[in-house]
Amino acid sequence: MTNGQFTGSRAACGGQEADCAGICLHDERAVSALELARWQFGLTTVFHFFFVPVTIGLGVVVASMQTFAYRREDEVWERLTAFFGRLFLINLAVGVVTGIVLEFQFGMNWSSYSVFVGSIFGAPLAIEGLLAFFLESTFVGLWVFGKGKLSPRVHLATIWVTSAGTILSAFFILAANSWMQHPVGYEVEHGEAVLTDFWAVLASSTLWASFLHTVSAAFVTAGGLVLGIAAWQIRQGRERAAFGRAARFAAIFTLASVLVTSVSGDLQGRLMESQQPMKMAAAEALYTTTDGASFSMLTIGNLSGTPVFQVRLPHVLSMIADLSWNGQVKGIDQLQASETATYGKGSYVPVLWATYWSFRTMVGMGILLVLLSAWGALLARRKRIGESRWFLRAAMAGMALPFLANASGWVFTEMGRQPWLVYGLLKTLHGVSPTVSTVDVAATLVGFVALYTAIGVVDAVLMVRAARRDLVAPEDDEHPVLPGIVY
Amino acid sequence: MAEFSDLNTAWFAIIGLLWAGYFFLEGFDFGVAVVAPIVSRDDLDRRICLNAVGPTWDGNEVWLIVAGGATFAAFPLWYAKLFSGFYLALFVVLVALIARGVSFEFRDKVDSRSWRTFWDGANLLGSLVPAVVWGAAFTDLVHGLPLDPGGTYRGGLVGLLHPVALVGGLASLALFSLHGAVFLALKTEGTVRDRAVRLVRVLVPASVVLLAAVLGWLVHAGRPSVGGSLPAAVPVVLALLAALAVVGTGVLSARSRPGLAFAANGLAILLVTGAAFSRLFPAVLASGTVASHGLTIESASAGHLTLVVMSVVAAIFTPLVLLYQGWTYWVFRQRLSRPPVGPAAADAPDHGVPGSSGRAPRPVGLPGETGR
Ligand code: HDD
Ligand code: HEM
Ligand code: HEM
Repeated sequence: MTNGQFTGSRAACGGQEADCAGICLHDERAVSALELARWQFGLTTVFHFFFVPVTIGLGVVVASMQTFAYRREDEVWERLTAFFGRLFLINLAVGVVTGIVLEFQFGMNWSSYSVFVGSIFGAPLAIEGLLAFFLESTFVGLWVFGKGKLSPRVHLATIWVTSAGTILSAFFILAANSWMQHPVGYEVEHGEAVLTDFWAVLASSTLWASFLHTVSAAFVTAGGLVLGIAAWQIRQGRERAAFGRAARFAAIFTLASVLVTSVSGDLQGRLMESQQPMKMAAAEALYTTTDGASFSMLTIGNLSGTPVFQVRLPHVLSMIADLSWNGQVKGIDQLQASETATYGKGSYVPVLWATYWSFRTMVGMGILLVLLSAWGALLARRKRIGESRWFLRAAMAGMALPFLANASGWVFTEMGRQPWLVYGLLKTLHGVSPTVSTVDVAATLVGFVALYTAIGVVDAVLMVRAARRDLVAPEDDEHPVLPGIVY
Repeated sequence: MAEFSDLNTAWFAIIGLLWAGYFFLEGFDFGVAVVAPIVSRDDLDRRICLNAVGPTWDGNEVWLIVAGGATFAAFPLWYAKLFSGFYLALFVVLVALIARGVSFEFRDKVDSRSWRTFWDGANLLGSLVPAVVWGAAFTDLVHGLPLDPGGTYRGGLVGLLHPVALVGGLASLALFSLHGAVFLALKTEGTVRDRAVRLVRVLVPASVVLLAAVLGWLVHAGRPSVGGSLPAAVPVVLALLAALAVVGTGVLSARSRPGLAFAANGLAILLVTGAAFSRLFPAVLASGTVASHGLTIESASAGHLTLVVMSVVAAIFTPLVLLYQGWTYWVFRQRLSRPPVGPAAADAPDHGVPGSSGRAPRPVGLPGETGR
């Protein structure tokens, strides 16, 4: 194998180098264990990521509301803080417990991968725990239980620190993930990636683009949620003034965030064209290298290069890829040939229907969200957000859009990288735990799906109930609103 | 190279400290949940127990997450072999931690008795299971595993159920339950505390006997030693001191010194963890039969720069974490108790609190109580 590409590791080989010249995983057992492990990873992360953006985004929203309440000594903002704080906490609980699974899963299902990347990938993960999770978990406890015990100022600070913790945690986990997309600051020694420049890992362009995009997407998610819930409450005729405020705030917050998401997404597209050109080609299912490539809005037929029907936007793909009208976008066929020359035989083409449609779903939702929040912001400026029945309906339906965009964004990012686990260095095939049996992976997969379904349903029901509550003043609430994490 | 192995040793010790911190802190969270059904008579008692750990349990759990992350970063091969080898055991722990984690938040969200009972059950099982599994798993590690020449454990879940591991699991359960009971004795007032104090009297002898049994068994069974091990007396002495500290817990609790009793039991947990790690050193996965099959802090280690970076980060941020976590305990230092007056008299009967639909008045000293 050339280029230091990795095929077997200390873990994969169990010391028995003889039967493991990079091919020890090709037997039937390992392949189906591999498939199940991939499903397990995909499902558990996507599930985790339903909650993550809400935590990150609502953290900032609630902290802002509490700041307004504190600054203006405003009782309405205080009640809104309590109302959305409750949603924040219900959501946070599931975000927290599903994260631990992921952290353990690298070692459990992807042990060869863990050995290969541990020196580099493990560091941000450990630092995330030390810097971010400690901060977030400790201060959220202080926020929940410290009301009345801490001075209002310090109490306000605790929610901001919690929120900062969630954003820091996003940074470090994305540092780990971005390194897999575009490895930097490393050397491969004895079949393992060894860190040579930690700064390069943290300064990676891939990381910063992805960080901006993901965190702003999280703000969009929470903004959309608050907007939708406020719209529901207004339509019920409850506390129109108070929820009108929340809706105005949310509309502007969402608009600002979704613009950042779009700009940073565009930035990611350009990085991708130079760092992972195959992913860009797969986003469009573009087979031959093209100058001034167009972007298809949708395709009917198959993606084999001869569609039955397509709606195409001329030159847009080139714009996404390198911001120029006639820029060249490399095609799958050419890339497959050049990757084979570099890395040896094999297919380097991801699953096209998945990349094609997930990319479109994300961008489509992005466009809809720009329109929706711009409409909301316009109404907000005229202070008429509560009056447009059409807008209120749209806002309620709009709650689903960011969730779809988030999930498809990750599916695109991760599946577009296939067959690589670490781009150019380690294939997914070689990352899986060699000693874990198919039965074990299957059993835990079934277990997680069952458990997550149950928790997902309960959580959804509780979120909906909390979203439909009256906006009561905290001190009138027989059942305390904030101290929710317990009893 | 000397520097290299110093860093390896340091990170082995740091990971030991992270586990010790985790067991010290989450030990009483688990323990409170395990003894809660015994010390509570009604919903209000339950809420007192839950609230005793409410503000801090999540922060405590992060010690585990950091221990896992640090192992991944500093000893990738250890992380990989351990987590894939102890596959189903860890799955069981994960399920338990998930059920437990959400139970804190979900319990009060629906006003129904059966709903609360269900989540109380989740909280209990979700704490009991890891309390047993951690003890069993560490006993297995210290006892030595059947490893193949590549240092891989292939024995599955059944292979971990060695009798000594089961005793080890019971020992950790007893020790954590005791920790929870002394914590409640420290953090609460009234009937909950009285019952917790009585429970301490049972849990002290149970913990001592079980600890002694594990120690005796491990010493008797022995295992081929790895070059560079610490003198065999070190872990034994630490374990004996731990047992002594547990006895001290009993004595101090009987003398109504709950603060000191809690400290003594915490010390016992730190000592037991220290004993386990010092017995393991310098192995990270020890073979029960052939020493050379095991993995050591040298053979499992990450690259040098990783360890340096992590050392710098840890040196700066660990003191900070200790500071603000300590501050949290200071903020919530107040003892929890039932409301002094009102319908819920100290010995309220089993069937909930009169005059309410199962919603008890808020215990004094609880959040949302004093402030607005
Ligand atoms: C962009 C953000 C992001 C991404 C991609 C991930 N997470 Fe996450 N994670 C968070 C953002 C986050 C968060 C916002 O910080 C959470 C969600 C809810 C919470 O309390 O913290 C969290 C919680 C959380 C926890 C529990 C922390 C606690 O107890 O407080 C762990 C152990 C992980 N995550 C680990 C992971 C791993 C191993 C991931 C990789 C597959 C991962 N997360 C993806
Ligand atoms: C939370 C957001 C994330 C989501 C929703 C997500 C989703 C996915 C999906 C759908 C796959 C399956 C791809 C395939 O098998 O074709 C995958 C694979 C993978 N991802 Fe991510 N991912 C996320 C974040 C991360 C992060 C932050 C990391 C690393 C730090 C990561 C590491 C991996 C690994 C190791 C695989 C390999 C397993 C596999 O190929 O199935 N992911 N992810
Ligand atoms: C509207 C224009 C948008 C563009 C041009 C865009 C572009 C991109 C690109 C190119 C990637 C892949 C990055 C990579 O694999 O290296 C990506 C990933 C992603 N997108 Fe978007 N996106 C847009 C909107 C959105 C919206 C509205 C959301 C959610 C609310 C979203 C959420 C995500 C997520 C969660 C990921 C995966 C994380 C990451 O790689 O950063 N995107 N996006």
